[in-house]
Amino acid sequence: MSRKVLLIEDEPNITEAIRFLLTREGWQVETHDEGTDAIQVIAAARPDLVILDVMLPGKSGMDILRDLRDHAELQALPVLMLTARGQSRDREMAERAGVSRFMTKPFSNAEVLTAVRDLHAQASRS
Amino acid sequence: MATLNVLILVCLGYVVLLFGVAFAADRMAAVGKGKWLRSPLIYTLSLSIYCTAWTFYGAVGNAARSGLEFVTIYLGPTLVMVGWWWGLRKLVRVARSQRVTSIADLISSRYGKSNTLAVCVTILAVLGGTPYIALQLQSITLSFSIFAEADPTGLYREGSSVFWVATGLALFAILFGTRNLDANERHHGVVTAIALEAVVKLVALLAVGIFVVWGIAGGLGPMMDRIDASEIGQWNVDASRWTTFTFLSAAAFVCLPRMFQVMVVENDDESHLRTAAWAFPLYLLLMSLFVVPIAVVGLDLLPEGSNPDLFVLTVPLSQGNDGLAVLSFIGGFSSATSMVIVTAMALSTMVSNHVVMPIWLNTQDRPGAVPGDVRTIVLLARRVSIAAIMALGYFYYSLSGGGAALASIGLVAFAGISQILPALVGGLFWRGATRTGALAGLSVGFGLWIYTLLLPGMDGGIIPHSVIEHGPFGWGWLRPQALFGIEGIDPMVHTVMWSLLLNTIAFCLASLLSFPSPMERLQGAQFVNVFDHSVAPRGWTGSVAQSEDLMIMTQRILGPTPTQEFFQAEAERQNGRPGRLPEPTPGFLQRLERELSGSVGAATAHAMIGQIVGGASVSVEDLLAVADESAQMLEYSSQLEAKSAELSRTARQLREANAKLTQVSMQKDAFLSQVSHELRTPMTSIRAFSEIMRDTDGLSADEQTRYAAIIHDEALRLTRLLDDLLDLSVLESGQVSLNMGDGTLRAVLDRAVSSALTGGGATLQVRRTRASERMALHTDLDRLGQVFINLISNAQKYCDAAEPVLTISAHDVGGQMVVDFVDNGSGIPPDAQSMVFEKFARVGSDKAGGAGLGLAICREIMQRLGGEIAYLPGQGGAAFRISLPLAYQQAAQ
Amino acid sequence: MTSPDDDEQPTPTRPSVFLERQSYRRRRLADAARLLPFLGAAMLALPLLWPDDSGGAGAVPLSSAMFYIFACWGALILIAVLFGIAARRLSTRDGSAPEADQWPR
Repeated sequence: MSRKVLLIEDEPNITEAIRFLLTREGWQVETHDEGTDAIQVIAAARPDLVILDVMLPGKSGMDILRDLRDHAELQALPVLMLTARGQSRDREMAERAGVSRFMTKPFSNAEVLTAVRDLHAQASRS
Repeated sequence: MATLNVLILVCLGYVVLLFGVAFAADRMAAVGKGKWLRSPLIYTLSLSIYCTAWTFYGAVGNAARSGLEFVTIYLGPTLVMVGWWWGLRKLVRVARSQRVTSIADLISSRYGKSNTLAVCVTILAVLGGTPYIALQLQSITLSFSIFAEADPTGLYREGSSVFWVATGLALFAILFGTRNLDANERHHGVVTAIALEAVVKLVALLAVGIFVVWGIAGGLGPMMDRIDASEIGQWNVDASRWTTFTFLSAAAFVCLPRMFQVMVVENDDESHLRTAAWAFPLYLLLMSLFVVPIAVVGLDLLPEGSNPDLFVLTVPLSQGNDGLAVLSFIGGFSSATSMVIVTAMALSTMVSNHVVMPIWLNTQDRPGAVPGDVRTIVLLARRVSIAAIMALGYFYYSLSGGGAALASIGLVAFAGISQILPALVGGLFWRGATRTGALAGLSVGFGLWIYTLLLPGMDGGIIPHSVIEHGPFGWGWLRPQALFGIEGIDPMVHTVMWSLLLNTIAFCLASLLSFPSPMERLQGAQFVNVFDHSVAPRGWTGSVAQSEDLMIMTQRILGPTPTQEFFQAEAERQNGRPGRLPEPTPGFLQRLERELSGSVGAATAHAMIGQIVGGASVSVEDLLAVADESAQMLEYSSQLEAKSAELSRTARQLREANAKLTQVSMQKDAFLSQVSHELRTPMTSIRAFSEIMRDTDGLSADEQTRYAAIIHDEALRLTRLLDDLLDLSVLESGQVSLNMGDGTLRAVLDRAVSSALTGGGATLQVRRTRASERMALHTDLDRLGQVFINLISNAQKYCDAAEPVLTISAHDVGGQMVVDFVDNGSGIPPDAQSMVFEKFARVGSDKAGGAGLGLAICREIMQRLGGEIAYLPGQGGAAFRISLPLAYQQAAQ
Repeated sequence: MTSPDDDEQPTPTRPSVFLERQSYRRRRLADAARLLPFLGAAMLALPLLWPDDSGGAGAVPLSSAMFYIFACWGALILIAVLFGIAARRLSTRDGSAPEADQWPR
C-alpha cells in the first residue's frame, strides 16, 4: 500500500532533507515549491498527507490551509505545518485555520517522522 | 428804618442759611437718605431760577412802562412746559441717555462730538451770560442803594458792595457746584438751596402783592378800578413785540445754560416733568399775578421819576413797612443769587469741559495718564472758570457803569442764547441735520445778534454812529437796525426775526448740502429716535433687589471676597450697618462703576450698571468703546487661540512621535521576526542534514559529500546573513566610520565587476562605457564598491533574460556623478518597486539564497556617502541609479 | 389660540385687546398733549386782535385783559394737571412705570 506525501516547501535544501527522510520510511514523496497553485496540485496529487511551509512565494501556507479546509474533497486531509517564524501567534493562527500538527524550524528529523506517523495513523483509523 | 447794617446782617444770615441747607442736602444725598430731595416739587422749584432779579424787579418796571407786555416772558416758558410731551421729554431723555453735562455738550454730542461746536456754544453762552450776571449784580446793588439812601450812617459804597457780593456768590458756587467730582452727578445741595430761594422769592412777591392789593388799594374791586384808571390802564400791546417776546422767552427757556442745568442735567427722573408741566406754569402765574397791581400802585404813590424797576422795594418802604421791604429785598437777593450760582456752575462746566480740558490734554505728553490727576484738574478748571465768569460779570458791571443800559440786557441775552435753538431743535427732530449746518446756523445767528443788537446797544461807541445811521461803507441795506432796508421795526424784534430766520435758513441749507460723518449719523439716529432706543429712565430709585443684582454681577467680575469687602465698606459708609446691603445711591453706583471699570473697562462697566439700574441707555460712544474693548479682548483671545493652537500642534507632534515609535516598535518586531526566519531557514537545513549524516547508516560517499556541501553552503549563508545584519546595524546606527579616499569611478567599477562576477557562473555580460568613467571621486571607495558589487550580483542573480546583459553607464549631471545599472531582464513588478530597498524584501523566490538585505544596505551606504540610490522604472529591465555629488569633499558623519 | 378649548379658560388674547385699547388711549392722550401748546399760543395771541387805545374809545380795559390772560393761563395749567393725572394713571395701570415709592404728586 503506497502512502503518498505532498511536500510544499520553497527551500530546496529542506525539501531534499525531508524527501530523504520520508522516502526511507516508505513514503512516496511529491514536492511543490510555490503557493499560488498549491490547492490544484494537492487536488491532483491526492496525497495521504500534506507537509506545508508557511512562507511560500505567491500564497502563504495559512491561506492554502484555509482553502484546503473549505475544499469539499480535501477538508479531511492531515496537514503538517512547518514554519521558520516560531511565534506563538503563528501557531494560534494555524490552529484556528485547522492545522493537524504545527512544527517550528529547525526541527529534529525524529520529530518530523513521529508526527508524520501519528497523523497517518489517525487518518487511517478514522 | 432798617439800617444798612441790619440789612447786611440779614443778608449774611440768609446766605448762612443757604449754606446750611445746601450742606445738609448734600449730606443727606450722600448717605442715600432724603427721598424728598429728588421729588418733583424740588425739581419744579429749582426751575424757578428762570425768574431772576431781572424778572423779580424788572417785571414791575416793565409793567409800569408797557402794561401787560411783561407777561410774555412768562408765557413762553408756560407754553414750553405745557408742551413737555414732545419737547422737553425728548430733550431730557436724550441728555440722560447720552450723559450730557451742558447744552454745549448736548449740541456737540448730537453733531458727532464736535468740540468746535461745543466751543462756539460755550462762547455764545459766556457772551450772553456775562451781562446777565452783571445785571444781577446791578439789581442787588440797586436794592442796597435804596436802603442806603434812607440810612443815616451813609457808609454805603456801591463799588465795594458789588465786589463782595460777586465774591460771595462765586464762593458759594465753587463750594456747592464743584464739590462733587463728577460733573454729571446731581448737585443736591445747590438744587435744594435754589428750591428754598424759589419759595422765598415767591413768598416775598406775593406778600408785597397782597400788601398792595388789600393793604393799600383796599381790595380786589378797588384795585381793578385803580388799574383801569392808571396811565397803563388800557390794552395797548405791540403785536410784533408780544409774539416775538413770547417766542423768545420760550426759546431761551430751553437754551439758557442755567435752565438746561436745572431742567435737564439735574433731572433725577423723567416723570418729574409731568408734575413740573403744570406746577411750574402755576409758579410763573403766581409770580406775575401781582405785578400789574404793584406797578399801578407804585406809579400812583411814588413821585414822578422814581425808578419803576424798584417799586417792589420802594412801595413797602414808602408805606413804612420795613419788614416787608426787607422780605422783598431778600426775595430779590434770592432771585439774583440763585441765578448767578447756577449760571456760574453751568458756564464753568462748559468752559472747563470744552475749552480748558481740551487745551490741557493737548499740552500733556500722555493724555489722561492718571485718572486721579485728571479729576483734580477738572475740578480746578471748573473752580477757576467760576471765578473767572464772576470776575467777567463784575468787570462788565463796573465798565458799563450800571444804569439804564443794563435794563434791556435780559432780553439781549435771551436773543443771543436763542441762536442755539435751530441747531437744538433740528438736532432733536431732524436726522438730516449736520455739524456743518449747525456751525453755519450758529455763526450766522451769532454774527447777526452781535451786529444788530449787542454792538448798537453798547454806549461805548464800539461801532460808530454813522454805521448805525447809514450802514457800513454807506451801504444802507446793511444798517444794523434796519437790515435789507426794512425800517421801523422794533430793534429787538428786528434782531430776533432776522437772526433766527437767517440762522435757520443757513442751518437747513448747509445741512442739506453737506454730508455727515458716520459718528454724526449714528448720533443723529440716537437723538431723533431716542424713544425707540432707550427705556424710560426711572432715576436712581434704588431697591435692595438692585443691590443684590449689582452684587451678583460684581462678584462675577471682581471675585467674591473683594466684592463683599467693597459692599460692606459701602454699607458702612451709608448707614453704619455693615451687615446689610448698601442702597444703590448715585455715589455708590459711581464708585462701583469706577471699581468695575478697573477690571472690564469704563464703557463696559457703565453699560453693565446701566443694564441693572436702568438709569441711562447705552450711547453710541459707549458702544464704540465697548467695541474697542471687545477688539482688545479679541486680540487677547486670538493670542490664547494661538497658544492653544501651539499646544495642539505640540500634541499632534507628540502623537506623531508616538505613532512613529509604535511603528518603529512594530517594524522592530517585524524585523526580528524576519531575522528569526532568515536564521532558522538555513539552520533547518543544517540540522536536518547533520542528523541525517549522523543517524543514517550506509550513506553513499556521493550522498555524504553532497550533504556535507549543503551543510557548508547553508553555514556560509548564515555567516553572510549575520555579516549583513551587522553591517546594516552599524550603518543604521550611524556609527560607521568612512574611510575616505581618492580614486576614479573606473577603478571602483573595475574592482566591483571583477569581484562580483568571480564567484558566480559568469554568464552575466557587463557593458560599460569606460570613457565616461574617468570621474574623480573623493569618497569611501570600498563602500561605494560594495554598493556596485551588490547591484551587479543582484543582476547576476535575478536577471531572467536568456542572455543576461547589464549595462553600466555613467554621467556627470550638474556636479553629480550618476551611474545607471540596467539589465535586460523582466525587471521588478511595479507594486514591488517601492519595497525593493526595504529590509528582507525579496522579489519572487530567493533561490540564490540572498537574505534580502543587499539593497537595504546599499541605500544606507549611499545615504552615508551623501548620495542616493533609486530604482528607475520603465527601463526595460531592472534599473538602479546611483547618484553621488562629485564635489563631495566633507567627511561624512 | 383659535382652538375651541381656549374659550373655557381666560384666553391670553383678552388682555392684549385691553392693552391695545390702553395704548390707543395713551396715544390719543399724547396727541392732546402735543396740541396743548398750540391751543395755548392761539388763546394768548387772541388779544392781539383786540382794539388798542390808538383807536380811542373802543380800547379794552387792562383789568379785563388781565382777567382774560390769567384765565387762559389757569385753564392751560388745569388741562396740564388733568393730562398729567391721566398719563400717570394710564402708565401705572399697565405697570410700565412703577412709581409707588415716589413723592406723591
